[in-house]
Amino acid sequence: MKILLIGNPNVGKSAIFSRLTGIDVKVSNYAGTTVEFKKGCMPYQGKTVEVIDVPGTYSLKPTNKAEKVAVEMLKEGDLVINIVDATNLERNLSLSFELMEKNVPMVIALNIWDEAKHTGINIDVKKLEGLLGVSVIPTIALTGEGIKRLMKNLQKVKILKTKKYSDKERWSRIGRIIKQVQRIEPRCHTFLERLSDASINPIAGIPIAIMIMLLSFTIIRFIGENLISYVFDPLFELYRPLVIWVGGLFGQGFINDILIGNLINGQIDFTQSMGLLTTGFYVPIAMVLPYVFSFYIILGFLEDFGYLPRLAVLIDNVMHNLGMHGFSIIPMILGLGCNVSGALSTRILCSKKEKFISATLMAISVPCMAQTAMVISLVGPYGISGIGTVFLTLFSVWIIVGLILNKTIGGKSPELFMEISPYRIPYFKALLKKLWMRIRSFVTHAIPYMLFGVLIINILDTLGIISFIGNIAAPVVVNIFGLPKEAIAALIAGFLRKDVAIGMLLPLSLSFKQLIIASVILTMYFPCVATFVILVKELGTRAMIRSALIMVFATLIVGGLLNLVIWF
Amino acid sequence: MEIPLSKLKSGEIGIIKQLRGGLEFQRTVNSLGVIVGKRIKVISVQPLMGPVVISMDNMQIAIGRGMATKIIIKQ
Ligand SMILES: Nc1nc2c(ncn2[C@@H]2O[C@H](COP(=O)(O)OP(=O)(O)OP(=O)(O)O)[C@@H](O)[C@H]2O)c(=O)[nH]1
Ligand SMILES: [Mg+2]
Repeated sequence: MKILLIGNPNVGKSAIFSRLTGIDVKVSNYAGTTVEFKKGCMPYQGKTVEVIDVPGTYSLKPTNKAEKVAVEMLKEGDLVINIVDATNLERNLSLSFELMEKNVPMVIALNIWDEAKHTGINIDVKKLEGLLGVSVIPTIALTGEGIKRLMKNLQKVKILKTKKYSDKERWSRIGRIIKQVQRIEPRCHTFLERLSDASINPIAGIPIAIMIMLLSFTIIRFIGENLISYVFDPLFELYRPLVIWVGGLFGQGFINDILIGNLINGQIDFTQSMGLLTTGFYVPIAMVLPYVFSFYIILGFLEDFGYLPRLAVLIDNVMHNLGMHGFSIIPMILGLGCNVSGALSTRILCSKKEKFISATLMAISVPCMAQTAMVISLVGPYGISGIGTVFLTLFSVWIIVGLILNKTIGGKSPELFMEISPYRIPYFKALLKKLWMRIRSFVTHAIPYMLFGVLIINILDTLGIISFIGNIAAPVVVNIFGLPKEAIAALIAGFLRKDVAIGMLLPLSLSFKQLIIASVILTMYFPCVATFVILVKELGTRAMIRSALIMVFATLIVGGLLNLVIWF
Repeated sequence: MEIPLSKLKSGEIGIIKQLRGGLEFQRTVNSLGVIVGKRIKVISVQPLMGPVVISMDNMQIAIGRGMATKIIIKQ
């Protein structure tokens, strides 16, 4: 048996899915978190049944790819749990009616029941059940209240023979039902509501946005740096004797080269030795993980608090000039964490043009946190001017390439039309859970790739392939970018993972200027393989080739320009 | 007085009188519960032809300025 969770965006479908199946999925306070269905199992009446979390949709006539996924899933389900936001009953019932008109067997979970009660929305559940003819169970997904009752009621599912209504009839019917079952007590503006109004007010909103950005950056850097100096570096000092002992087991030779790498001044240097057990572990764990961790603390908070849709409203204007609309800021922000999740979230964009531009701009100019961490550790020692130059260059690329693409690509980008979810105080447990999910996903992806990258580069180097490619690419790398020929190894590794690539620049003792150029071109020239695969799927092969050509071309220009203009 | 939503100022209140647009437009706005007869309040108007944010029932919706010109409000 298959059970589908269907409902409007941001009503808590994923939260309920987590409750039912015990599987962690992403839950965030904005419409469009889930972009692909996710299957899980739960025990039910002695059997295991399949439960499917579906992207949110406002109606059964889809307007974007994520919604299309939802509607197509409908054919597969044996039973639908229609999740309804109790604080917005009227709008949510529209989808419920569409579902009933399709004669799908369903029950309704009246979720976010806690907030409805707090905000003085009284719903007569018994009466609602009577009027609709399906079971309605109040639930609070975050605490798990009502979930047991929901599961019990799955047995009582009825198929209704409802006749089809026109949109107009449906709305007037919903209006009549609402009049009978819902009573709203008048109340004052809460603090969160006032804060919400301020953050989309054009005068207060922009300073607030800038403050949030600066504060986020400061906290991310503070937590990241301190974790490195006080936790991870000391840990690796404890680990050092172990590595030396393992190295001793194999003596000199190929295995030692691969495991330990080169000694720097007779010592193991975790950043430069380039062995599997040394740099292979040190870069992802001690250099990148601390920043990934601190970034996701901040992002998780902003997501759950509900800030992102407000940012989308404030920036909508700017985004239109770049051929996108406000919502495209979400792929960019997620991309700052990991380009893969950024690429996936372009699904919620409806027009082809906008999707292409968002994906291309994200891939070309948004460095993921793994890469940012490496850039900070590489150019950070030179002070803010280094990091500032790298980010300012990337930001300019984002703007300029966007302006050009907007002018050259046909089609329109649609107007902003979206729900702004209310601010919510995040549940601490939910924040921790999401952070843990993201850290786990980083560790399980980054470390294997990193080790694989170090291994491959070692092998290619031993076989002389790197110097071969280096010689071919030398004119570009040396003459245009002003980098040493050896930097080609990093560019090759960058296809696998960008943090590995930047790590490989460490032993080259590049000048400050070269570090800046290398950091910028490594971001721009091509997405990492994981992102590339997603982009091919999302954009199609032809569009992806175009996108890749834009990246390579822009890299040549920007790298060359930087080489000409940087004087320090 | 009947004027398009795009002409309303922040803080103003009105009732949706008419949705002037094709079927596609009607469907899009309807799906979020923007229907004729609803009482709305303008929360903010972004500068330089940016979107309008309205509150309606218990929710807030951001609407691009172009779309807002097609939503006629009775004050
Ligand atoms: N107060 C309260 N908040 C809830 C409840 N259920 C979910 N939320 C919050 O509502 C927001 C949306 O939850 P999700 O589970 O991501 O919603 P979704 O329906 O999967 O959203 P999409 O994937 O975007 O369609 C999150 O911030 C949750 O923390 C609830 O019962 N009470
Ligand atoms: Mg979801």
